[in-house]
Order: sequence, then structure tokens, then C-alpha cells
Amino acid sequence: MIARNAPHNLPDDQRIVITGIGLTAPNGNSLAEYRAALLAGRSGVTAYEIRYFGKTLAGVCTYDALRYQSKKDLRRGTRAGSIGVYAANEAIRDSGIDWQNFDHSTVGVYVGVTEHGNVETENEIFQIKGYDYDTAYWSHHHNPRTVANNPAGEVALNMGITGPHYTLGAACAAGNAGLIQGAQMLRLGDCDLALAGGVSESIHTFGIFASFNSQGALARHDDPTKASRPFDTQRNGIVVAEGGCFFVLERLSDARRRGARIYGELAGYAMNTDATDFVLPNPQRQAECVRLALNRAGLVAEQIDIVSTHATGTDTGDTQECTALREVFGHSQRTFFNNTKSFIGHSMGAAGALELAGNLVAFDDGVCHATLNVDQLDPTCELPGLVLNEPREIGRPSYVLNNSFGMLGINSVVIIQRF
Amino acid sequence: MTPAEIRDEVLDILSNITPDDDLGGLVDDKPFREQLELDSMDFLDIVMELRKRHRVQIPEEEYGQLASMGSTVAYLTPKMCDIVKK
Repeated sequence: MIARNAPHNLPDDQRIVITGIGLTAPNGNSLAEYRAALLAGRSGVTAYEIRYFGKTLAGVCTYDALRYQSKKDLRRGTRAGSIGVYAANEAIRDSGIDWQNFDHSTVGVYVGVTEHGNVETENEIFQIKGYDYDTAYWSHHHNPRTVANNPAGEVALNMGITGPHYTLGAACAAGNAGLIQGAQMLRLGDCDLALAGGVSESIHTFGIFASFNSQGALARHDDPTKASRPFDTQRNGIVVAEGGCFFVLERLSDARRRGARIYGELAGYAMNTDATDFVLPNPQRQAECVRLALNRAGLVAEQIDIVSTHATGTDTGDTQECTALREVFGHSQRTFFNNTKSFIGHSMGAAGALELAGNLVAFDDGVCHATLNVDQLDPTCELPGLVLNEPREIGRPSYVLNNSFGMLGINSVVIIQRF
Repeated sequence: MTPAEIRDEVLDILSNITPDDDLGGLVDDKPFREQLELDSMDFLDIVMELRKRHRVQIPEEEYGQLASMGSTVAYLTPKMCDIVKK
């Protein structure tokens, strides 16, 4: 069921709220650390080196992987699984739910991924190269590590969750897609608690760096912290990042019953498809996606306080998104725009979820964090409410709209309202 | 390699496969499974590591020989006695 009215017109068992957040980002391993870094202008991008490709830049996470996993778990599993396990456990802990006594068969795990299996496959090919490509030396761990549900399955294994688990392959729209799927499954009654979000292990595959580089879309800069610079005239591409973010989603009726703290309520969402190109975005479809989400929420553009942009720092992509946003928000005096990738790079499958999480705290602190590294704003990216380089006090917002778009023309928009 | 060196090698492989276990008190004539957190994937790791490190081939029907440290060393000694420990 798609909510076509403002949430307050829906019964409580169809209203979806966020009651927990767990994450690891290149500049923070909890929501509090991450938010502090966003407000302080602290980048998580560092120098990085990877097999075959060599020296480059990346957003690298520093979470304590052994907090919820043994060394053996880490050896057997994947980085995406480990990031997921960390973020999911942190989210449940943050939610305050009585996890020990919660019925784990009623929990669903919905994890957005941009890609999965590249890291593990590259590792195996690297290994058997030393044995003249004799496949007798190919690991029996390859299949369980590379099945597409791996990151969600590792979360379920670790936490004893026996409800549904799967990933959603949605390119760089995946973080929003995970959240949307969780909300839909709650509304359908398929689960009573959803762990929903996205993860990325993409910095561990040389292929993603090499491919962006061949496309002319990989960022370079002498100072790693200045490499991710959406909207700036000197932007030259994407900084690849790893990370993960899970939301605990519940029906409002359940959240109220247990007296949960509520970060925000899902007001609307939309996903659509460009159907025009493998790589190049289509601003018309992006604008349609934003409008669809607004319509479903019963909102108009002028009611949105913060738009969390998707922009990745590519020449065309940033311009196209800003074209779409001008079309929808051109007359809004109220709306501010920021970009979180300028701090952490592009965390791929986690991007939509991490970027939303970073903005949700504004409901409490009333600050719109900035877009870093805009020394000279590209005129094609001008928007009246762009928050550049320094955070801005805007008062407690009512609505945050989160854009997340990806290759093959996949678009997603999520709107969260203050509760 | 001598039986003692083979034992050390298997111990080293086990320390990678089951890094959370203390291998100091491993009893050679007791099955690994009674002493360590090992499952079938772990036993396949032992087979794979011996193959990678020493090109030792262990047919599937002989995997049962790897049940304990004692049986493993006895089984591997004729296969590895000509290997020079590096």
C-alpha cells in the first residue's frame, strides 16, 4: 500500500517511524560522531592505495569490527557483511528495544547495495593467479561471500534474525531503496520491525576505481579532504567511499506502545526510472521522482526545509540534479540544499541512508550542515538555498527530502517529517 | 618435514582458520571438533591451505583422516616427508 495522503491521515499501523539509527561513515562511527563531523566540516576522505590501480583517494571507515563479530566471523564473511553487522547492532542498541525478548522471526532485514561480489571475486582471481589460474585453488568461501543477499544474510546470522532478509540492488539509489522496502514490508504486515538501509564495501574493489577513472569520473586532488567537491567549478569526479547505515523502522502504533524515541516519520517516497541512458542522468525524470514523492506526502515543494542532494562531484551529474531541483524548488523561499558526499565521498549503497541520517539530527539541533569545498560555485549548480562551506542555523525543520540516484537511471526520493 | 614440523604447520594453519581459539592446550588424540569451533567449511580450509602451501592433494574420501591432530600428522607424514621446511 502506498500512502497517498499526509501521514496524519493514515491509521497508526500504516504510519512508519524511525526509532533507531546505527552507522559507520568515513568521518564517524555513531550518529553523534558523524553529526559532529558534519557540523565541524570534518572530511573522512584520505589517501588510499589498492591493488593494480595504485594510489588514489577514498572514504575509509574506522569502526571497531570486533565489537559484534569474532575474528573468525570477519575472516569468513565480507566487508559489506561486517559493516552491516556493526550498523545493524548499533541501530538496535540505539532503538532501546528489548532485543533479547523481541520475536526475531518478525524482524526483516532490507539492505541496499550498489554492487556486491566484486571484492570477493577480485580477491579469488588474485589468489589463483599465483597457481597459474588452476581453479582447484578457488575458495569454497566464494559462493557464500558473493551471493547477492550476503550483506543482509550476515546481519541475520549475527543477530539471530529469522524473518526475511535480502538485499536490494539499486546502484547508488540503494540506501533509500532499503528504507522504502522496509516501510513497505511493515505496511504489508510482513514484519513488525525492519532493519533497513544500505552498505558499501566498494573501496575494496579496484574495478570501481578503474572504471570511474576510465570514464573520466574519478576525483583527484593533492589534498584528499578537498577532492570531493560537488557544485564547485573545479570538481573532477567521484571519491569512492565505504560505509553503512541502518534505520530501525516500526509502525507508529508499535513505537507508541513501547514508548520509543522517534527520530522522524516517513512522509513520502518515490522511485522511478530514466529509461534514457546507462550512465547519464535525466533531470526531467529526477524532477518527476521528487514531485511524485511530494504528491504522495501531500506536500508542495515550498514545505520542504532541507533537500539532501545526491550530487557526486561529476561535471554533468551535478548540473543535471540542480536543473531538476530548480524546476521543482525554483520558487521556494524556505528550502535549503546541502551535500554530504562533500564530507565523506560517495558511499555507494550506503549513500542514501547515510546522507539522510546526517540530516535527521537537524530536527533537533535546527542546523543545516553544509556542502564542503565550494570555492567557486558552478553557475549551472546555483540554487537559492544552497548551504555552502559553513553550516547554517535554520530553526527546527519540518521536512527533510533525500535524493539518491544511480546508474541505469534509477531515481529515489524519501521525505521524512519531524515527529 | 618431520612429524613435529608437520604438526607445527597444521597448528599454524589452524591459528588462521580459528583465530579466536586458544590452541595451546590442543590434545592430539582428541577430535578437533571436540576442542575447537570447527565446521565443515573450516575443514575445507585446512585442505585448501595444505594444497596452497605445499601442493598436497587430499582426496575427498580421505578428509576423515583430518579428524584430530594425531590422525592428521600420521596421514600427512608420508605425503610431506620430502618437503623441506622453509
